[in-house]
Amino acid sequence: MQLTEKLLSSFLAFELDIDINSSIHNLRTNAIKNFEKLGFPNRKMENWKYTSLNQIIKEDYTVFSKKKNVIDFKRVKDYFIDNIESYKIVFVDGFYDPFLSQTSHDGLDICIMSAALNKPKYSNLINKYFNKSASSEDSLTSLNTAFSKEGVYIHLPKKTVLEKPIEIIHFATGNEAALMLQPRNLIIVEESSEVEIIETHQSLTVNSVFSNSVTEIFAQKNSKVDYYKIQNDVISSSLIDNTYITQKRDSDVKVHTFSFGGRLTRNNLNFYQKTPFINSTMKGLTIIDYDQLVDHHTLVHHSNPNCESHQDYKGIFSGKSTGVFNGKIIVDKIAQKTNAFQQNNNILLDDKSTINSKPQLEIFADDVKCSHGCTIGQLDRDALFYLRARGIPKKEAKALLTYGFANNILESVKIPELKIKIKKIIAKKLGVSLGFDL
Amino acid sequence: MAYTEEELKKELETQEYEYGFVTKIDADTFSQGLNENVIRAISKRKEEPNWMTEWRLKAFDSWKKMEEPNWSNVKYKKPDFQKISYYSAPKSKDKYESLDEVDPELLKTFDKLGISVSEQKKLAGVAVDVVVDSVSVATTFRDTLSKKGIIFCSISEAIKKHPELVKKYIGTVVPQRDNFYSALNSAVFSDGSFCYIPKGVKCPMELSTYFRINQAGTGQFERTLLIADEGSYVSYLEGCTAPSRDENQLHAAVVELIALDNAEIKYSTVQNWYPGNKAGKGGVYNFVTKRGICHKNSKISWTQVETGSAVTWKYPSCILKGDNSTGEFYSIAVTNNYQQADTGTKMIHIGKNSKSTIISKGISAGKSQNSYRGLVQINRNADNARNFSQCDSLLMGNKCGAHTFPYIEGKNKTAKIEHEASTSKIGEDQIFYCNQRGIDTEKAIALIVNGFSKEVLNKLPMEFAVEAQKLLEISLEGSVG
Repeated sequence: MQLTEKLLSSFLAFELDIDINSSIHNLRTNAIKNFEKLGFPNRKMENWKYTSLNQIIKEDYTVFSKKKNVIDFKRVKDYFIDNIESYKIVFVDGFYDPFLSQTSHDGLDICIMSAALNKPKYSNLINKYFNKSASSEDSLTSLNTAFSKEGVYIHLPKKTVLEKPIEIIHFATGNEAALMLQPRNLIIVEESSEVEIIETHQSLTVNSVFSNSVTEIFAQKNSKVDYYKIQNDVISSSLIDNTYITQKRDSDVKVHTFSFGGRLTRNNLNFYQKTPFINSTMKGLTIIDYDQLVDHHTLVHHSNPNCESHQDYKGIFSGKSTGVFNGKIIVDKIAQKTNAFQQNNNILLDDKSTINSKPQLEIFADDVKCSHGCTIGQLDRDALFYLRARGIPKKEAKALLTYGFANNILESVKIPELKIKIKKIIAKKLGVSLGFDL
Repeated sequence: MAYTEEELKKELETQEYEYGFVTKIDADTFSQGLNENVIRAISKRKEEPNWMTEWRLKAFDSWKKMEEPNWSNVKYKKPDFQKISYYSAPKSKDKYESLDEVDPELLKTFDKLGISVSEQKKLAGVAVDVVVDSVSVATTFRDTLSKKGIIFCSISEAIKKHPELVKKYIGTVVPQRDNFYSALNSAVFSDGSFCYIPKGVKCPMELSTYFRINQAGTGQFERTLLIADEGSYVSYLEGCTAPSRDENQLHAAVVELIALDNAEIKYSTVQNWYPGNKAGKGGVYNFVTKRGICHKNSKISWTQVETGSAVTWKYPSCILKGDNSTGEFYSIAVTNNYQQADTGTKMIHIGKNSKSTIISKGISAGKSQNSYRGLVQINRNADNARNFSQCDSLLMGNKCGAHTFPYIEGKNKTAKIEHEASTSKIGEDQIFYCNQRGIDTEKAIALIVNGFSKEVLNKLPMEFAVEAQKLLEISLEGSVG
């Protein structure tokens, strides 16, 4: 059975399982209709020109894991960040795992979506924010909305500065031959609050996993959000991450995306600036190999004056891997004094690797500074020679240059423990042990 | 009186098209509509051989199956292809031996355009193959050229006299089925230029053709074929102006360039067709397919100054097939009032060590929309391919738009690609800096716009640079010195 049909029929079964009288159920039924109309995206669509989902959606996924699986902490210990105090929200095969998690309701809410959707005390906020920024046109977002049930719910009231970061991990145990996951997250950061979030998707076996995740973030006045996406999944997993960020005056949202693993990773990162004086930052580092594909689609919609956006994406591609970057900046007529900056640098290391880049500007205001740059090149041969002439083996020399290339992305990671973890992943990925800290 | 940007804007809005006039010449025009019979009739009228008629019909067959594309960033009323007359030729069709025999009305037109054939003959040393509404009426300097073995004539003449060359190369760079408008052009092209430079010959003069759309309601379907044989060099100029008219005129030309081993082609265009009035009414639709193919060690360089047309939609491209081949694209696109331009280039790197450079400057004023759309594709075997792209936009006022859609596809690990783009307005501090040094605002703006587009203007041949400056002046009067 085709996955599309399977999903449509699963929706009927899904309705038996949830409260169809709740106010958000209308959204679900409209969303499934939209998905039915649009289906999965294909390469004839401009936004999917370079990325094909055909191989991914061919597999026979289980739409809902049949039972709750339990995993032992020892088995997954390595996936958490070492030596750090943090809140944890852990999902196993799409189900919340209370044993591995560490949530909080102490004057704030760091908990799960199912609770927020079902408990009356949250209904005001849910009605105000849920599905308010997520696209109702995009078919994959609609698919997620239709099956929205579980995920992360974070609400920080005014002037709440979190002392420790929040770790979100989605594990897949591989109990199903192929599993589809659709986490739905809502993060509301009220005025003058600050939060750091680290999100990871991790499969524990080589069984296929296809995640279609949607995250909505609302950053109110003067708030700060640092969001880190660590995409280092096994080679049989695919991830489509749709993130919608709505910002208000003086807020500062930074999203870092580290893509090292997975078979196909697509990041749709959308920023909407709703008032003047907003800062948005996107940084990405991609290091992939084999026949992996990582696709970054960013959108920054400058609809108000005096806002800034910075994008810096770097990629290193080996083997038969493919990288896609599509950065779109829209500056509306009234968005004068906008400062939009976009940079995409790529290194191709092998004959069979490919990079497709499309930095795109659509500008309707005259008093703006917008620029984009894109490069595709190689590691500097003279620099390699210099290092090797000083007795550094080829592999290590290459790794050193790679670190140098990626350094400004790593530098802006604010959590030291996370930086160490990412450096370890890179060292493992490059197969070197440098024996000193960079 | 100090000249401010506000005043400049106002002036731009009220600037009228200077070359708007209609030449009264009896013309032999087909009735409107398009079907197989019309194509056969065009072919018959032009006394074409059978294979050409068949070639046109084949193109028409594919065209019928195609849909008009709509992916571009321009909005316009789709032309009704059955309401266009597909052939229009000045009635006095005899071949002229000298200029005296040419219709004086026609010569006056050229005078108004500032390209008096006789004057050009003497002064510029430019051979002009003048095209008024599709049929070439005057060809000069043919003697000088033919001594070198250079063939420079209208394409219809080439079909008759040099069928082997036309047959070998036509449609090889832009296939009939390439796109909707190239298929239409292949079916109904009325005339155009043909040029062949033999092996090892360096063309001694700049070749140029002037196009003018003259007959109300006639679409002009030019077909240009330019072949530079091994080791040859040619510089070709193309310039256009069109009379003022209220209904939209369709122009769907096809230009094919072939640079064989070690050859070099320099192709320059100045386009100043009627852009419509300041309310956005009328104006020419300019949907052109231009493409060149580079063989080993050869070079194709496109330079364009686009100031006219209501809608411009064109991408002069290079297929860098041969090793060590070079492609260049230099463009200035100026849009004003309700003009729309979606232009750029494609650089397809296939050969090893192939190089390409793209410099695109967009200037938008009034309520116009200006887009750069480009593709740089480095194929798997294009070792050491090198590309540098730069596209800058200048916005005047907040009613216009500047857009950039670059596609960059790299598939070779030794290739180097750089792309940069920026958007800005004329900086107040830049003007202040000039004012401080005693340069008034008008001069300052002129200086800045001139500097902004200098990289491209420098690439134009001398003869054309003057005219290009003049056209920039017309489009952005008061801002260019």
